[in-house]
Amino acid sequence: MPKIKLSQRTIEIVKEICSTFENNEGELINVLHEAQHKLGYLPAEVQELIANELNMSVAKVYGVVTFYSFFNMIPQGEFPISVCMGTACYVRGAEQILHEIKRQLNIEVGQSTPDGKFSLNCLRCVGACGLAPVVMVGEKVYGRVAPQQIRKIIAEYQEGCVRPERHEM
Amino acid sequence: MDMINLTIDNRPVSVERGTSVLQAASQIGINIPSLCYMKLEDLNIENKPGGCRVCVVEVEGRRNLAPACCTDVSEGMVVKTHSMRAIHARRTVVELILSDHPTDCLKCAKAGNCDLQSLAQYLGIREIHYEGEQSTFREDTSPAIIRELDKCIRCRRCEMMCNEVQSVGALSAINRGFNAVVSPAFEMNLDHSVCTYCGQCVAVCPTGALTEVDNTGAVIRALSNPDKTVIVQTAPAVRAALGEEFGNEPGTLVTGKLAAALRRLGFNYVFDTDFAADLTILEEGTELLNRLTAYLGGDKEVKLPMLTSCCPAWVKFFEHQFPELKDIPSSARSPQQMFGSIAKSYFADKIGVNRKDLVVVSIMPCVAKKYECSREEFSVNGNPDVDFALTTRELAHLINLANIDFKSLPDEDFDQPLGESTGAGVIFGTTGGVIEAAIRTAYEVFTGKKLERLDFTELRGMEGLRRATIDFDGLPIHIGIAHGLGNARKLLEDIQQGKSQFHAIEIMSCPGGCIGGGGQPYHHGDAEILKKRQMAIYREDAGKPIRKSHENPYITKLYEEFLGSPMSEKAHHLLHTEYFDRSKSER
Ligand code: SF4
Ligand code: SF4
Ligand code: SF4
Ligand code: FES
Repeated sequence: MPKIKLSQRTIEIVKEICSTFENNEGELINVLHEAQHKLGYLPAEVQELIANELNMSVAKVYGVVTFYSFFNMIPQGEFPISVCMGTACYVRGAEQILHEIKRQLNIEVGQSTPDGKFSLNCLRCVGACGLAPVVMVGEKVYGRVAPQQIRKIIAEYQEGCVRPERHEM
Repeated sequence: MDMINLTIDNRPVSVERGTSVLQAASQIGINIPSLCYMKLEDLNIENKPGGCRVCVVEVEGRRNLAPACCTDVSEGMVVKTHSMRAIHARRTVVELILSDHPTDCLKCAKAGNCDLQSLAQYLGIREIHYEGEQSTFREDTSPAIIRELDKCIRCRRCEMMCNEVQSVGALSAINRGFNAVVSPAFEMNLDHSVCTYCGQCVAVCPTGALTEVDNTGAVIRALSNPDKTVIVQTAPAVRAALGEEFGNEPGTLVTGKLAAALRRLGFNYVFDTDFAADLTILEEGTELLNRLTAYLGGDKEVKLPMLTSCCPAWVKFFEHQFPELKDIPSSARSPQQMFGSIAKSYFADKIGVNRKDLVVVSIMPCVAKKYECSREEFSVNGNPDVDFALTTRELAHLINLANIDFKSLPDEDFDQPLGESTGAGVIFGTTGGVIEAAIRTAYEVFTGKKLERLDFTELRGMEGLRRATIDFDGLPIHIGIAHGLGNARKLLEDIQQGKSQFHAIEIMSCPGGCIGGGGQPYHHGDAEILKKRQMAIYREDAGKPIRKSHENPYITKLYEEFLGSPMSEKAHHLLHTEYFDRSKSER
């Protein structure tokens, strides 16, 4: 998991939200809701901060964040790219694919490109093992992807996009 | 008492209000199959998520089957536990669970001990009528525990142990639906989390989803290498539990057979961790007396209470969660590590073997000991003081593998010089034992008087938190005892807030102490077994000719020939350690 450093302002916002809910563990969902509303998404560092403030384990916070699909852990790019890291894809070279995407977009897993177009994520098995290795862009599935194809796939999306709204962390 | 009358399988039964149908049935000897449910009586440990539905029964007048583990009895209730309808539902539920479960039993570490496997056998599942998606979680290996979550049935027992009993918070249920599983935050590996490796999750996992790292292969390799001298030490709690693996009643002591079996496995020297436990008492007891004397002399800086430090899971716990208290525990290494350190210096010299050619194996009731021996500070130029730690379960497996008929083995003794021990060393295996052993020595050294009575029953028991005051010839010494890290947390919070009145505190991570360790034969939810092991430990102590660590003649000799005196510079170097602040290094 890449580390991001939260700005002082973000830290204050999160602490403030927690204190409006009296740093009560029972209010976790409301705290997360409010934090996502203000920040756009809930990166690991924000979850850690919340866990700290509410005096609970970060595993529990993460448990709740992953239970509700409403919560996002990365700022979604306009075209979220996901690489399947399930066993089948992994064995068939998902790592090289991931590496190639990172290289081309110049971002790490869990980040989005500065223009907000692409974000990169890893998934566990998407259930398309027969097509391994699998890459998804938004809802669209690309199967049996070879590193050489990455440039072409990205190019499909590169033109004619609107710059989405962004949040500063 | 408010009693409820009901009928289970045509038999009338009367139980307290609030009792579940499952417990009411078991009170009259009717066993309703269950899977996710688990209760450790007397330890206040219960897991009741009501998730698996294996325990469903028919209740007259209800349309749906009811899960017996989380349905309370009610007046006049009529229950059928094994009606064909209930059996059919149970079989369906288990088939559904199996439809997303690897059929790995042939090479699964849990085979033969797996609750899911026995349930499938018992229900006679021969075919799975449901075809579904298969989970594909990645395997997570750490120094002590392996997580193979494809085998997870989401009973959440591990989560309950880690959070409610241990208050560690390494695990949580995450995701939902098909992807739901129990995991550390951000699905990171256990070794990046706050996990202490106490192994209590492993001890209760009904399947092979959580198991200890298997080191038997490495030990077999070492034993078959003629260039290596391979020696073994065995922890106190092992002798009170190993017999269970060979059909002995829980609480059977197998000390002599254990030594015999180890010898037949080919270890060149069969030693005893109890010897190192006696050594620990001399070091730790001396440290306690030094701190006490300084305190009584008016030193305001001295750190009291002193906390014991022989449990590696407990050490990792405070390093993560209470790093500001890291000067309070005794600096004494655990018996396992003291043994390794002495074996690879004093003993290696004695037999003229280079430490690189000396392999030290330990047999432990514990999962965390695997992690402990991998800690960098316990090695010299990359060569660890203890090479491999096997659990009690792994040893049983090795004994079977070598075709040793355990039950018919003769009783044999440990080898010398690292095999002699006292009753004080033995009781390290149970909660309350370390502090009792320390008191036996500290009292005599401090007062210069002989103890009239060696059994400090006020320190014994199974309550999670205990306190007692021992009279040191006019000076009252206040002792605290906690087992289970959740209980330890309470004592630590008192210390943090300056409220603690204790001089010394013993902490063990596992419920019951090491007798309930994560590496012991599986208790399958029966807490009686722990009590019987505890009684066995005290029996062993009572039968020992010497019961005070400072009277162990080989310990005396070790100091004379090698270490000088307790807390000497050499002792410090070889037998003490330091602790690290891990609150930042990992999440
Ligand atoms: S890992 Fe084991 S104990 Fe934990 S939820 Fe899964 S099956 Fe249950
Ligand atoms: S070993 Fe102990 S601390 Fe680690 S996950 Fe299991 S129960 Fe939690
Ligand atoms: S109590 Fe004993 S068995 Fe449990 S973690 Fe500590 S040393 Fe290991
Ligand atoms: S044992 Fe009752 S629901 Fe699982």
